[in-house]
Formats: sequence, structure tokens, C-alpha cells
Amino acid sequence: MLESSEILQTIHMIQEQHFDIRTITMGINLLDCRRNNDAETAECVYAKILRMAGNLVQVGCDLESELGVPIVNKRLSVTPISMISGSDPLIIAIALDKAAGDVGVNLIGGYSALMHKGGTIAEETLLESMPEVFAKTVRLCGSVNVASTRSGINMDAVRKMGVIIKRTAEATAAQNSFGCAKLVVFANAVEDNPFMAGAFHGPGEPECVVNVGVSGPGVVQRALEAVRGQPFDVVAETIKRTSFKITRVGELVAQEAARRLGVPFGIVDLSLAPTPARGDSVAYILEEMGLEKVGAPGTTAALAMLNDMVKKGGVMASSHVGGLSGAFIPVSEDIGMIEAAAAGCLTIEKLEAMTCVCSVGLDMIVIPGDTSANTIAGIIADEAAIGMVNNKTTAVRVIPAVGKKAGDTVNFGGLFGYAPVMKVNSFGNDAFIQRGGRIPAPLHSLRN
Amino acid sequence: MMQKVLISVTGQDRVGIIAKVSTTLCENNINILEISQTILDGCFTMLMVVDIAGAQESFQQIAARLADAGKEIGVMVTIQRMELFAAMHRI
Repeated sequence: MLESSEILQTIHMIQEQHFDIRTITMGINLLDCRRNNDAETAECVYAKILRMAGNLVQVGCDLESELGVPIVNKRLSVTPISMISGSDPLIIAIALDKAAGDVGVNLIGGYSALMHKGGTIAEETLLESMPEVFAKTVRLCGSVNVASTRSGINMDAVRKMGVIIKRTAEATAAQNSFGCAKLVVFANAVEDNPFMAGAFHGPGEPECVVNVGVSGPGVVQRALEAVRGQPFDVVAETIKRTSFKITRVGELVAQEAARRLGVPFGIVDLSLAPTPARGDSVAYILEEMGLEKVGAPGTTAALAMLNDMVKKGGVMASSHVGGLSGAFIPVSEDIGMIEAAAAGCLTIEKLEAMTCVCSVGLDMIVIPGDTSANTIAGIIADEAAIGMVNNKTTAVRVIPAVGKKAGDTVNFGGLFGYAPVMKVNSFGNDAFIQRGGRIPAPLHSLRN
Repeated sequence: MMQKVLISVTGQDRVGIIAKVSTTLCENNINILEISQTILDGCFTMLMVVDIAGAQESFQQIAARLADAGKEIGVMVTIQRMELFAAMHRI
């Protein structure tokens, strides 16, 4: 029988420590929706999403009330659209956006292209359409995979993404360049990620699947408060135990949601995903370990341990673990990161080092609006290199906010939060980016 | 088959909390399996494990009735399926 103290611990996690299930994401295959032209494909895509996901939000809400655990987001991920689109992908984008609204989800991911080795005509067309698409749609998110450990870095795609991000920022200048928050550039993108904006339903996935992303930085932080001053062995063990408990709830929700929706359970993503709410911050966990502010020397080591212990605690709690699985460090979505960036303690260079040891990358970072496309491409290339060499997923989601300069603040609202505009190294790299071509895949022996 | 649910009641201690909650349960044909009650930091905390298999109303309707009953006497009443706690604390 359970003890009262255990039951109360769970209740306190939910009521006081912001424990929640961050997302139930249904992945839907759209490969069978391809028709003779994009207009017909769009119709077919819309009909299929409504057929498969019509019940998703209701099931999510029922589970939320029965378990008493908030399920913050119900979302969709679909086959990378460049696999089914032709010369007019915008019309499919509009259909996806409408379908997401009509089934009641807040975001849909998959306006994506997998270009780590090269681009098809459809992929190039999709990239070109992105600025207009992210300006004209509300719920649609997209991603582009430009590198992988097996194939190297596609520097043509990297250069192109620098330009596309700039143009997306300009197309959505009236909303603080918010369009860029819906666009992620990946290295080693995963096929079963339930988190936005980078979710898509990979070609290796089944027809339809349910993936769940858990959260709970506040719970970990509170658990660490109880072991202040103790050695790292104790800290590690505490994080593991907490992660186990959090993940078990994710597993329960995932299994139950899959059963009710009549689709297979895919994975639980073991992630600590922060929100801008106080007490829901990954940065605060690192600070609880003894850092004055996140970004101080020791931050990378603290994050490396946190990330590893979250995985070690989580893997036993779930039958299938996948997605991005790790601690997220999106700047605008984490109150501790926002404060550290505003105080000048956290820089892009330090964040880059941190991405070597955690999931996922340079995330939700607002940079000056006059940052050049080549500078952004350089940031993407650096991050892709880290992912490629270390055999991990990395990503870049930067927002060159039009008209803003370092030190200004940009507010996106809701889960996307707000952030100070961070300084970018503006020394030139034009000749480097203009080379194009591919950086070959790295060697996997002689690892030093 | 049993459908075990945890009811948690928290708030300022006063006369009639258990009576009010149990009456609401009785009216809905819900059987009480276990009760424990403590005063934590001056706050009344009661945990009840009940079986809702015999209830005529849906989970959401029962939750709303209990929340309303709680409001009448100034306490917060929430209900959650017992699987949540078992999943988190038992391997």
C-alpha cells in the first residue's frame, strides 16, 4: 500500500513544483497523401489529419482530469512535407495550419526537409517558401536537417538557411520576427521528437504513433534543495530518482493515450523542458548546484551531469525512450537563462559549449536584427559540427529580431517567453560560407 | 472491477469536512476503502481511497460534484486515478 507521504509528494510536485506532461504529440504519416498537384495533396492532407487526430485533444483533456496532471500541449507531427510537396508547398502549409486549428492542437510540426547530404527540387522549393509560410500560418512549425554524423555537413544548405532565417525574420518583422521561433535547423535530427518546433514524423516511423514529452525542472530543483552542500554523488542520485518518478508518469500517460486513441505508443522523451514561469527553470537547477548564475565557470560540467542523470533515471521508467531526451536550454523560455543573459553572465559562446553536453542546441536565442545571413550560417555550421563529431542532435533556433540591437528585450508571449537580445561575434566569415559544398563525415576511430 | 481513485482534501480545519465529503460520495454510490487524515502546518489534509466502479456518473461529473461540495465548506477537493501514484512510487 502507498504511504500518505508518497501521495502527498506527488500532489506537491503537481501543485507547487510545476510538474506536468509537456506534450502528447501524435505523429501521422502523410506519404500516402501525395496527389497529382499540391492543391489535391493539400485536400488529402487535411482530410487525413482530421480523420487520425480528431480525438487527440479530447483524450488529452480526459487524461489530464483523471490523473490530475496538467498535459500542457497536444500537438501533431507529420511526414516532412518536402516528401509530398511539389511546386506550390504554401497551399499544403495552409491546409496543415487549418487542420491543426480544426482538431484543436496548438502546434503542428513537419514543414521540414532532410537535406544533410543534398537537396531535392521539392526541398529547395520548400525552403524558398518558408518565410512566406511562417508569416501566413499560426500553428505550423518546420525544420531542416543540414548535417549528420554519417554524411557530414551540407554547407550549401547551411548557407541557404542563413538567408532563409533572415528572410523569415523580415517577413514577420511586425511580430518581433516570431516566424524564426517556428523554424529549427538540425544536425542529426531525430524522427520521433515530440517537442516543437523541431518535431516531424520521420520516414522510419509507423503510420500513426503517440509520443510523449515529460517535463519538471521545478521538481528536480526542489529535490536538490534538500541536499545542499552534499557531494555530487548525492546530487546525481537525487536527480536520477526524481527523473525516474517524472518519467513513470510520462509512461503512464503515453500508454493510456495510445490505448484510447487506438494507435501504437512510440516513445517517451526524457526531457527537462523549462517554461518562463518562475520555478520551472533548468538554469535554476544548475544554480542550485552552487553556481551564482548559469554561465559561470562550472556550468558545462553541471549541465553534463544533469543531462546524464536525467537519462539514467528515466530509461528504467519507460519501455521506450527516444526523441531528444535531455535537458533543454532555450534562452527565452527559461527565466534563469533570461536573467543570466540579461546580467551578461550567459553568452552565445558559453551556450555553444553547453550544447556539447545536452540536448539540443542554440535554442530560442534572440540576436541583433542586423546580424548577417552569413554570420547566422556560421553559427549553424559550428553547431552542426558539434552534433556531427559528437554523434548527437544539435540545433539552431535563433531569431534575428528586425530593428533590435544587443541589450533590447523581445517578448513573444506564452510558452515562447521573452529574451534579451544577445551579442553576436560579428567578425566576417563571408569567404568561408561562400565556398559551399559538403564537409565530409568524420572518422569514427582514433577518437581523441 | 474496482476503479480506485484518490480523493485529497486540503484547507482550513472545521466541523463537518469528512461528513460533507462522505455524504457526497454516498449519494453517488461511491465506496470508501481507506481514509487517513493529518494536520500539516495547520492545514487540514485528508486522503481517501475510494472505489468509483459503482458510481452512476462519469469521472468528470464526480470531480465537479466533489469540488463544489468542497467549495461550500471552504476546502479544496481533488480526485485522481490511483494508477498515477502507483506508477510514480512502485516499480
